[in-house]
Amino acid sequence: MMFSTLFRKLFRNGLAVVLLAVPMTALASSTVHLDRAPINVDDHESLQRGARTFTNYCLSCHAASYMRFVRMTDIGLTEAQIKDNLLFTTDKVGSLMTVAMRPNDAKDWFGAPPPDLSVISRARGADWLYTYLRGFYRDDTRASGWNNTVFDKVGMPHVLADLQGHQVAVMQSHIGADGKAHSVLERVELAKPGRLSPSEYDLVVGDLVNYLVWMGEPSAPTRNRTGIFVLLFLSVFLVIAFYMKKAFWKDIH
Amino acid sequence: MQNLLNWIDARFPLTASYKAHLSEYFAPKNFNFWYYFGSLALMVLVLQIVTGIFLTMHYKPDGAMAFASVEYIMRDVPLGWLIRYMHSTGASMFFVVIYLHMMRGLLYGSYRKPRELIWIFGMLIFLVLMGEAFMGYLLPWGQMSYWGAQVIINLFSAIPFIGEDISTLLRGDFVVGDATLNRFFALHVIALPLVLLGLVVAHLVALHEVGSNNPDGVEIKKHKDPVTHLPVDGIPFHPYYTVKDILGVVVFLIVFSAILFFAPEMGGYFLEANNFIPADPMKTPEHIAPVWYFTPYYAILRAVPPIFGSQFPGVVAMGVAVVIFFALPWLDRSPVKSIRYRGLNYKIALGLFVFAFVGLGILGILPATELYTWISRVLSVIYFAFFLLMPWYTKNDQALPEPDRVTFHSH
Repeated sequence: MMFSTLFRKLFRNGLAVVLLAVPMTALASSTVHLDRAPINVDDHESLQRGARTFTNYCLSCHAASYMRFVRMTDIGLTEAQIKDNLLFTTDKVGSLMTVAMRPNDAKDWFGAPPPDLSVISRARGADWLYTYLRGFYRDDTRASGWNNTVFDKVGMPHVLADLQGHQVAVMQSHIGADGKAHSVLERVELAKPGRLSPSEYDLVVGDLVNYLVWMGEPSAPTRNRTGIFVLLFLSVFLVIAFYMKKAFWKDIH
Repeated sequence: MQNLLNWIDARFPLTASYKAHLSEYFAPKNFNFWYYFGSLALMVLVLQIVTGIFLTMHYKPDGAMAFASVEYIMRDVPLGWLIRYMHSTGASMFFVVIYLHMMRGLLYGSYRKPRELIWIFGMLIFLVLMGEAFMGYLLPWGQMSYWGAQVIINLFSAIPFIGEDISTLLRGDFVVGDATLNRFFALHVIALPLVLLGLVVAHLVALHEVGSNNPDGVEIKKHKDPVTHLPVDGIPFHPYYTVKDILGVVVFLIVFSAILFFAPEMGGYFLEANNFIPADPMKTPEHIAPVWYFTPYYAILRAVPPIFGSQFPGVVAMGVAVVIFFALPWLDRSPVKSIRYRGLNYKIALGLFVFAFVGLGILGILPATELYTWISRVLSVIYFAFFLLMPWYTKNDQALPEPDRVTFHSH
């Protein structure tokens, strides 16, 4: 009786709960379609492949300066493996993932310093990163020669172009609100294949984004595991607390 | 043991205080679901203070180091992630609990005579808590921290003549910067928590002086046992409400832990995505919205059109929307306290008010389009009408007769 009342009232009066059930991103207007990233931070092999792509391709310009190399022991690598395969010669296994490039040089070269990637997945979201890294296309009006479907006029060149190949834009004429014809991006298509097939490339990017998500919060797997035990403990405690209350209150009429 | 107790009692009123506030504090026996939130608020306060102490041991209040130090806590400090998420989840849950606690007051007329001072202390707690939350939100030094603070502090410059000076004083600089972060840190960890604790003590002392209200809104002190002179519908707070509140605490902790361990960002409401980008004074985010618990007031601010290009009327409306709660005990002219015995007028008014409050909260998150601004205006009018028309609609309400004693069904 008591619980049904409690929950009924909780839901009847819990409009705020309903509000919170709608993710904030769903409320913000988003015009770009994002593909769903295959995220599983318990898949250590995927994370290790992603870590390799990350250190080979990303870490030369982007830092991840809140992240230590040694943390990759969490995803099943030994310190020796990290040292032999993922470290640059000057780094120690306990070092932060910093980068030698100076921010001012980077600004001159790319127009903006490359952002730190430690928590980029938490700022941008996995789906955005997954779509972004697969969305580069040739654009000769850009200094780098590249543009992106989800990040218009991006400063970053397509670092993974040798893997993906070259995509080109398919434009479509569209009558805008001002009555004039505008040329808008309809889709991109592969004009020059790279070393990987499109599905293989998707897998590489999927692993990379999976790694970025893991790196955004390396304690997340521990957090989830701990949470299960905490909730189990509280459920047992709930039963005890319920009968304790009942026992004390039985003489109140 | 008894000797030790006697020794202490001769020097400090230990047993007397224990009796006055726990074992012989008589609370009405008919508390319901809504009466959990007072003790829960106290528990969350303690949680925030304790986790805050541990965060302070590792956090660096420095514009160049603050963001990195939070990530250091999340990654390198043992169990740092747990402490930080307890604190960030605790901040939002504090407002959930406080809003429900205030709702209880509206439902059962807990602010009515003789409890006006309890209500006033409570509202002061609410005001300080808003300041505490606002200043704490700057500390992670992300984009939303930075620009949220920038927007809110700029509001003060809308005050005629002295506004610019006030906002410069708040920032300690002409833009939000290192000086702002340092003073917000000092206020967040020392000044406001001290004030908050003092007010909580005053809130509880006033409550225990007059005794708790209850869902029937009738005074239990009217019916005392002729022999013991104790209220017949009262029960000792300890053990009855301590064991009951433990049950409430466990249910609350289950909700709290479900968020903390499985959705600490709470879909971007408790920790916003933009706040994972370090503060950048050169880059204004596209859409700046305050954290969810401020959005009803932010929506009211945006709903008021500027006069002669000045945002001042909106700022005043927002301020009044918070402060108007103080006047409740004197606006309410109903002969009864509890919604159980009030007439249709108050029930409709309260329903509309809750609708307006939640609606404004949602609109405060959304970007301000023309349609949304108009809806916000209508809801703001309802919000203020609830208070301003209260003397009229409560006086003319068809109230039911109150029972003589509290209604209670034993389980």
